[in-house]
Amino acid sequence: MFPAAFDYLPAHSVDEALAALLKHGADARILAGGQSLIPAMRFRLARPTVLVDINPIAGLAYLREENGALLMGAGARDFAVEVAPFIKERYHLIFDAAAVVADPIVRQSGTIVGSLCHNDPAGDWGVVALAARAEVVVRGNAGTRVVPIDDFLIDSFTTAVGEGEMALEARFPTPNERTSGSYQKIERKVGDFATAAAGVQLTLSADGTIAAAGVAIGAAGPTAKRVVEAEKILLGARPSIAVLRAAAAEAKEISDPIADTRGDIEFKREMAGVLVYRGLLATLKRLQQGELH
Amino acid sequence: MIIRVTVNGTEFVRDVEPRTLLAYFLREHCGLTGTHVGCDSSSCGVCVVAIDGDRAVKSCTMFAVQADGHEITTVEGLAQGAALHPLQQAFWDCHGLQCGYCTPGMLMASYVLLKHHPNPSEPEIREALAGNLCRCTGYQNIITSVQQAAAEMSPQPVEA
Repeated sequence: MFPAAFDYLPAHSVDEALAALLKHGADARILAGGQSLIPAMRFRLARPTVLVDINPIAGLAYLREENGALLMGAGARDFAVEVAPFIKERYHLIFDAAAVVADPIVRQSGTIVGSLCHNDPAGDWGVVALAARAEVVVRGNAGTRVVPIDDFLIDSFTTAVGEGEMALEARFPTPNERTSGSYQKIERKVGDFATAAAGVQLTLSADGTIAAAGVAIGAAGPTAKRVVEAEKILLGARPSIAVLRAAAAEAKEISDPIADTRGDIEFKREMAGVLVYRGLLATLKRLQQGELH
Repeated sequence: MIIRVTVNGTEFVRDVEPRTLLAYFLREHCGLTGTHVGCDSSSCGVCVVAIDGDRAVKSCTMFAVQADGHEITTVEGLAQGAALHPLQQAFWDCHGLQCGYCTPGMLMASYVLLKHHPNPSEPEIREALAGNLCRCTGYQNIITSVQQAAAEMSPQPVEA
């Protein structure tokens, strides 16, 4: 099916894009990778009357480390993240996720910032951003603000990006040497939405206890959610099977999925716990922790 | 909106509605029906084309206006005259197609893969083609075909 008619405005600068958004208000949408927006328009789930294409803006597809963070520009595509050696080496959680988003062709177009803005309940990047404690840089006519991911993801397909604003960049804190993470996802087939997903990131102190913990789950409610109670259990604890199980149980506890052809509610809630557990185990293995007891 | 798109080396200047999808632009405005349309929802990969030589896109999920000023390579652009591209020859030799419906997408996804990875491993080929469906389920021969083409296109140096 064809999308409803719209006006196409290619932007060649961020200012040009913002001017177009300001002029057209809620009728306008940003077109980045288009891998969620275009299918949504084809199914008439979205009917923007103006598309502001940010692909022509030069220099928006950057991936770079600066001031202790990995900066991903609004034009940065999943594929670029997947193949960047420094991401594979240091950003384990992000690397894991980049390899399982949609399918390899879609990843050559889809963008990370676009996915965060789309905020699909089963999207991957919201989960990763929560576990990694990312921030999103949002610019509008009134200026630029940096929004913590917890405040950015508001509800299904709803974010903190207001009318006339656009998300310019996602910022992921650079993990230190004692930090690792893991992304776990169950999908029926490549390219399907997640049946269940979990993102985990841990930092160990010199004495082996957990100094920082990020735990989030996806396809478990209206938007990706942080498992606050799991983080509390992990923080300060010495990793053990019992601690991991207790943290995983909290994920199951707050998982609030919908029943669909991918599974019933009980199964998906169970999987939220299982995936958090697997993610924690994989993270500790990467941190070269010995056998857990 | 008037757009200029170079397809397989030929410039096409056409007046299109912004909502025209690239797959339909290629088929209906350029007359290049080698690019197929299958699921029409970004799942099956039969519509894959290359943009600017090194990015594979599902052309049912990109607007033609986004290709303005860019170069598109479709399956029609692979052969040089009567000489098949090594990928096409390998699909022929290895029986990499049955009904042929998915073949243009398989070829173009493989074409971009080999641009990035001249010597992909078997798992890398399987992974790269994970967004392309073959409902004849001829995957094994498709993988073999891509392996043969990769070997053909970048022969290993012979030991002295």
